Amino acid sequence: MEHLLDITGLTVSYYTDIGRAIALNQVDLKLKQGEKLGLVGESGSGKSTMGLAMMRMIKPPGKVEGGSVVIGGVDMLQLSDKEMLKRRLSTISYIPQGAMNSLNPVLKIKRQMIDAYKAHYPNHKLDQILQLAHEAMISVELPGHVLEMHPHELSGGMKQRVCIAIGILLRPQIIIADEPTSALDVVTQRQVIETLNRVQQKIGSALILIGHDMGLMAQSMDKVAVMYAGEIVEINDVQTVFTSPKHPYTQALISSLPRLQNRGEFRGIPGMAPSLYRLPNGCRFHPRCNQQQPQCQTTSPPKSVFEDEKYVTCHLYEAS
Amino acid sequence: MNTATLELKNVSKLYRVGKKAVHALNPITFDLLGDPARIITVAGESGSGKTTLASIMLGLLGPTTGQVLYEGKDVSKLSGAQYRDFRKNVQAVFQDPFAVFNPFYQVDHLLEVPIRKFNPGLSKAARRKAMEEALEAVGLQPSEILGRYPHQLSGGQRQRINVARAIVIKPKILVADEPVSMVDASLRANILEALVSLRENYKVNILYITHDLTTAYHVSDSIIVLYRGSVMEAGDITKVVESPQHPYTQLLINSIPWPDLERKWDNQRYANPDIQEISGAGCKFYSRCPNRQPGCQVTPQLVPLFPRHLASCLLHQPQANLDSNLTQNL
Repeated sequence: MEHLLDITGLTVSYYTDIGRAIALNQVDLKLKQGEKLGLVGESGSGKSTMGLAMMRMIKPPGKVEGGSVVIGGVDMLQLSDKEMLKRRLSTISYIPQGAMNSLNPVLKIKRQMIDAYKAHYPNHKLDQILQLAHEAMISVELPGHVLEMHPHELSGGMKQRVCIAIGILLRPQIIIADEPTSALDVVTQRQVIETLNRVQQKIGSALILIGHDMGLMAQSMDKVAVMYAGEIVEINDVQTVFTSPKHPYTQALISSLPRLQNRGEFRGIPGMAPSLYRLPNGCRFHPRCNQQQPQCQTTSPPKSVFEDEKYVTCHLYEAS
Repeated sequence: MNTATLELKNVSKLYRVGKKAVHALNPITFDLLGDPARIITVAGESGSGKTTLASIMLGLLGPTTGQVLYEGKDVSKLSGAQYRDFRKNVQAVFQDPFAVFNPFYQVDHLLEVPIRKFNPGLSKAARRKAMEEALEAVGLQPSEILGRYPHQLSGGQRQRINVARAIVIKPKILVADEPVSMVDASLRANILEALVSLRENYKVNILYITHDLTTAYHVSDSIIVLYRGSVMEAGDITKVVESPQHPYTQLLINSIPWPDLERKWDNQRYANPDIQEISGAGCKFYSRCPNRQPGCQVTPQLVPLFPRHLASCLLHQPQANLDSNLTQNL
């Protein structure tokens, strides 16, 4: 089966007064139609940068320095700005982290959805657009009268669902949801994630869920990509990630999770993530790794690819 | 020694906005006993009144009705010296590890100010020693922290410094309001471990406020579940989390995204919370409850169901031979 999304060698840097921070380094990622991928990592590991780079929304001092983001045979990075504008929302859409701040406070929800639609199809009739807006609202389980409301009249969870409704208005092939629930409490979080899964299934798009909550990944994702200091260190199906993780970082991440069975045990990951300005030589994780080998300090580990585009970047798996 | 250090007697809080009034906290009575040291979780979703409760316990907010007593004396009527003593012994850690630091000062400043204020007689060397001890207590290397500026430290380190700041003057009670919700999941373990070691080694009583029952289960001894300002369920943490009795607690626990492939979300669908505030009598959870019945229009009492397990729900018959006092069940 042809891949819907094919990212190769994507590199993004931020240029600041202190120097060059490599936020994404030669990242590869492939995704099929309808697949659900969780993108996890600590703050500063590059997961949001990755989402923004796919949308071509990296702003200075950030710069995409290489690679390609091919969706359905077209490289997003080679398109003109005008063409890219057309692709956003219709081919690939982005549901931002703070729904609270991403809606315009002085416009009714209806107006914001019409604007988004008109930007792509200026000649469509208003009642036709409203019909679609209504359907989008129903698919996120919000009553139709929410269209007539202003953002301040809605709760956090409702606002986030409005953002999802706008995100799916044009039935994109790929939805990127960047920590859509980080500001919500557990009950609302569950509702939002379940809504996201339902609409994803309904329109058959691929879904990339960015976050650091492994619990959410276990509940609803097919595959998990683990990021560390600007690189994807492992991509695997969710089963393997939770039961037999390959990369030592993934292993540490999984064993640090609080579960019902290990009450009162705390296993944090010792040390802290490196600064992107001063990355260690060799493997970026080696100073914190408990299975370190001599070559880890000098050589970057190669990608060991398994079947179905899964891979791990670690010297331990070099032979296979 | 079993003297109550902080007692809440019928404390409630009403916020008025114009003609509207919101019951942020309905009358609640319980004591934080000085000995043995425990970690008590206050759990609930946004708007459940948990931060209001914390602010009242810290003396930052006066209750609308009822009294907060610190070592037997009303907190709102303490004399200057008594109030200083209260301030010293009841310390806080807040949610945001980024907002509490002044970026122009080294982190030493944050640790040194409370020592200077509450222990003015200490020499410079003694102050330094107290700071180092506090940092070690939360699992940080003093040599890596002292002399640094906030921007040089990670969120997890800063939050642990906040805990160190709270304990540098050896308080009796620590109120921790969502201390890990803004910290990466991989660093949460370190902060929670610091809280547990405070209880073990320094005998500090901790009120842990959170909406995350997973971490609550791991660190605390007992729990109070709040919904719209009322106590829904309370008691021993393992009992409440492992066999929740109130439909609201069941909803909270079923919504946890457990990092476990064997334990997926069930298929139960719950009604969305109303936008309007429910006023008047009756169970606060009525409009969302899957098991509601006509009798729920009367406000249910918090009653004992099992030893150290209380709930306020009509579905359950109280056990008359058990104590219904909240303090005794925590």
